[in-house]
Amino acid sequence: MKLELRGITKRFGALVANNNISLTVESGEIHALLGENGAGKSTLMNVLYGLYRAEEGEILLDDKVQKFAGPGDAMNAGIGMVHQHFMLVPVFTVAENVVLGHEKTTFGGRLDLSAARAKVREISDRFNFDIDPDARIEDLPVGVQQRVEIIKALSQDAKVLVFDEPTAVLTPQETDELMVIMRQLAETGTSIVFITHKLREVRAVADRITVIRLGAVVGEASPTATNAELASLMVGRAVELTVHKDAPDLRGTALSVKNLTVVDALNQIVVNNVSFDVQAGEVLAIAGVQGNGQTELTQALIGLQHHVTGSIDLDGKPLRGYSVRHILDSGVGFIPEDRTEDGLISDFSIAENLMLDRSSGAPFVKAGNLQLGFRATFAAEKIAEFDIRSQGSDMEAGRLSGGNQQKVVLARELSRELRLFVAAQPTRGLDVGSIEFVHTRIIETRDSGIPVIVISTELDEVVALADRIAVMYRGEIVGIVPGTTPRATLGLMMAGEPAPATEAAL
Amino acid sequence: MSDTSAPAPAAAAPAAPEPGGAKKDGSERWTQTLRDITGGSAMISILAVLFALIVGAVLIAFTNDRVQETAVYFFSRPGDLLRAVGDAVAGAYSALFQGAIYNFRANNFLTAIRPLTETLTFATPLIAAGLGVGLAFRVGMFNIGGRGQMLIAAGAAGWVAFAVELPAGIHLIVAVLAGLLGGAIWGGIVGLLKARTGAHEVIVTIMLNFVALYLIQFLLRTPGALQAPGSNNPKTPAMLSTAIFPDLFGPRYNLHAGFLTVIAATIFVWWLLSRSSLGFQFRAVGQNPRAARVAGINVKNIYMYAMAISGALVGLAGINQVLGTVTTGFGAGIDAGIGFDAITVALLGRSKPWGIFAAGILFGAFKAGGFAMQAAEGVPIDIVVVVQALIVLFIAAPPLVRAMFHLPTPGTTKKPKIRVVKAHKTNEVVAK
Repeated sequence: MKLELRGITKRFGALVANNNISLTVESGEIHALLGENGAGKSTLMNVLYGLYRAEEGEILLDDKVQKFAGPGDAMNAGIGMVHQHFMLVPVFTVAENVVLGHEKTTFGGRLDLSAARAKVREISDRFNFDIDPDARIEDLPVGVQQRVEIIKALSQDAKVLVFDEPTAVLTPQETDELMVIMRQLAETGTSIVFITHKLREVRAVADRITVIRLGAVVGEASPTATNAELASLMVGRAVELTVHKDAPDLRGTALSVKNLTVVDALNQIVVNNVSFDVQAGEVLAIAGVQGNGQTELTQALIGLQHHVTGSIDLDGKPLRGYSVRHILDSGVGFIPEDRTEDGLISDFSIAENLMLDRSSGAPFVKAGNLQLGFRATFAAEKIAEFDIRSQGSDMEAGRLSGGNQQKVVLARELSRELRLFVAAQPTRGLDVGSIEFVHTRIIETRDSGIPVIVISTELDEVVALADRIAVMYRGEIVGIVPGTTPRATLGLMMAGEPAPATEAAL
Repeated sequence: MSDTSAPAPAAAAPAAPEPGGAKKDGSERWTQTLRDITGGSAMISILAVLFALIVGAVLIAFTNDRVQETAVYFFSRPGDLLRAVGDAVAGAYSALFQGAIYNFRANNFLTAIRPLTETLTFATPLIAAGLGVGLAFRVGMFNIGGRGQMLIAAGAAGWVAFAVELPAGIHLIVAVLAGLLGGAIWGGIVGLLKARTGAHEVIVTIMLNFVALYLIQFLLRTPGALQAPGSNNPKTPAMLSTAIFPDLFGPRYNLHAGFLTVIAATIFVWWLLSRSSLGFQFRAVGQNPRAARVAGINVKNIYMYAMAISGALVGLAGINQVLGTVTTGFGAGIDAGIGFDAITVALLGRSKPWGIFAAGILFGAFKAGGFAMQAAEGVPIDIVVVVQALIVLFIAAPPLVRAMFHLPTPGTTKKPKIRVVKAHKTNEVVAK
């Protein structure tokens, strides 16, 4: 089905979220909608899906003008949406979720689940999804849950599928699998709108690319365009995609982790006998597919895991078994991987968030009293230094954009006297401009002689930052290799293949 | 637009408005709901009171005999009905006012102002207990154990007041401290159980209410414990005069110095929450315990401290009852349901110290005025209870209904604005 948007304008008060956007998606085409966070992509798709009503412009399906009063109308017209955060009931089975909202009943109002199961099997077979209709959603991996979303949309005979940032929650492997599925769908004639801000994915799968910036279309590109071209279209200026860094100035071993094993609450070994050293002045990147123990390793370093054996020594002093407070006071700076849940308190102001991990002593607290004057000055300084775009230090952190939230966390952690800096997924979900900023800061920290650990599932990030790379697989370190190791080798290691023998000893 | 940190997909995704929404389980949703209910704006409180009074007026009109009589011939003489409704409602609410604030029918000012002092007397324990419940709210906990904490505090303060002989002044201070300690221990047990075993504070506080009630009843029947010597009644002897809160404005009024302790408590809670480092940690834990933990705050200890302080504040209500209001000896009903009314007071005050202070005075006024309304106009005092219940309903219902049916919070409708603001910010970055 051919989808056409003509001159869509959507305003929120005086602010124009979409300004005269026109877009055509041919039948069987994968059309990527590329733009930074806040560019207006999701607003446009919410207009298409009937969640917002546009002030101007029209939506055409196969050259017929459509009027959508709500998502129901859009669904009936053949538009399906795969949301970034899945709209699935965790305790329901796959089949139950697929029919949810469109339940067919048999005599006496009983659910006709066998029809639903057949439908799931039929679609699942068509695309080789391999999904059990009776599996409960909460038992399925994230990638499979996304397929259930796709099945749900297809079961309503969707001819136009909108994927809203579908890869944000996926591992690199699942992302690749999703690409294959999108290709298959396109081949069967489904039109696909693929919303993303990740350049690599766009180039891998899209037939055409429309770039949106500040609510307006700024250009079209073909998938053959280079990353740099796409990025500069997106951001509106030339962007550094690689981080400038000199050879590390190594100053001796600072952090030494030996035989570290972490057992989780379910009594499973999630980190298995891991040993590594980090020198002052270098970046050790810990790479690996999500869920291979990196999260737990990070938590163990910071004192958030309870069942940890082995040793963690920083500058010769043991850290294992101490409280988070003690570890932070020992000079460990930490960027948690889930910024909004672990890094910030969204109802607290920027100033309050900046003192969050120093709430018990000088300089923010004297004799049990908060030093509000000092805090305000400090916050103003950091807002300027880290270029935190806000309406002042009293603005709630939850109202900041992702990039600015991360800058608050960075500012807080880097303003302490550090002896070790641990950054977990420091740029997850950030736009290109913010990624550039965070990377620069991390390298600056390294150059000031602080040992840095970066945990990342993004190979791009790992390669950009690392002096050495430790690859984790199933809770173990497969190997520690130099930062110059080719991607192909790293990819194999992430799948569990041991490192080339010469480098494994490093 | 697809910022993973701003709740951009909220409009498209009502059930998962927050990032990582897939992870949000039921308990987190209810915690959020608790925060919504307890942390709204003052305007909601004011409107809730207003609407509750309007619905109360309708009820007063419906139950009025004269209104019912005139309604029969409404179509021939509608004026009669309207006048009757007006008389009933105006009469009731003016009686409420006269009973609670200022009685302009009295012959002199000192008598006329007496209702206001009555209001403040009734408000005293409500404010104290409301502060305790509100403090727990701010740390993300629901303290329904007001009854137990009040009883234990009353028992401890009361025992010191009638059984220990000390010089005037010191006696009062020791009695108050004993009561505070009793409340703090009873609340602290809850915090300890929550921190060490993960027991839910709602269950534990409810259970401890019964434990406290039967413990006090047992002590009240045990000679040598709380029971008055030579009596078979489950009642304590009268408090010694050295341990009683002095009257503030002489014997003509019931208002006692306990009201000053409540003002001090309000100032203390204000300082604690907005100026102290402990309060900062309290609020951090209340808003996001995960982030608090990552920031090195010992969340379990915070739960214990918060429940102990909450218990002590609720205990202050019990102390005020036995050392100020009912000084002739008390029974197991001394809490008078204040522990539960305190939840309403904390809700109405949006868990903010001065908000609770104002809400406590309002509820004190309802109590004082309710009797006058019944006496003067024959309006059942239950109307006041209904109005109080409606206030809770109007405040709590919208977030509760949203949580029950997974509806989006109204705030999400304004979110796009923020996102567009961000678009402009990007522009500035670009301009640089």
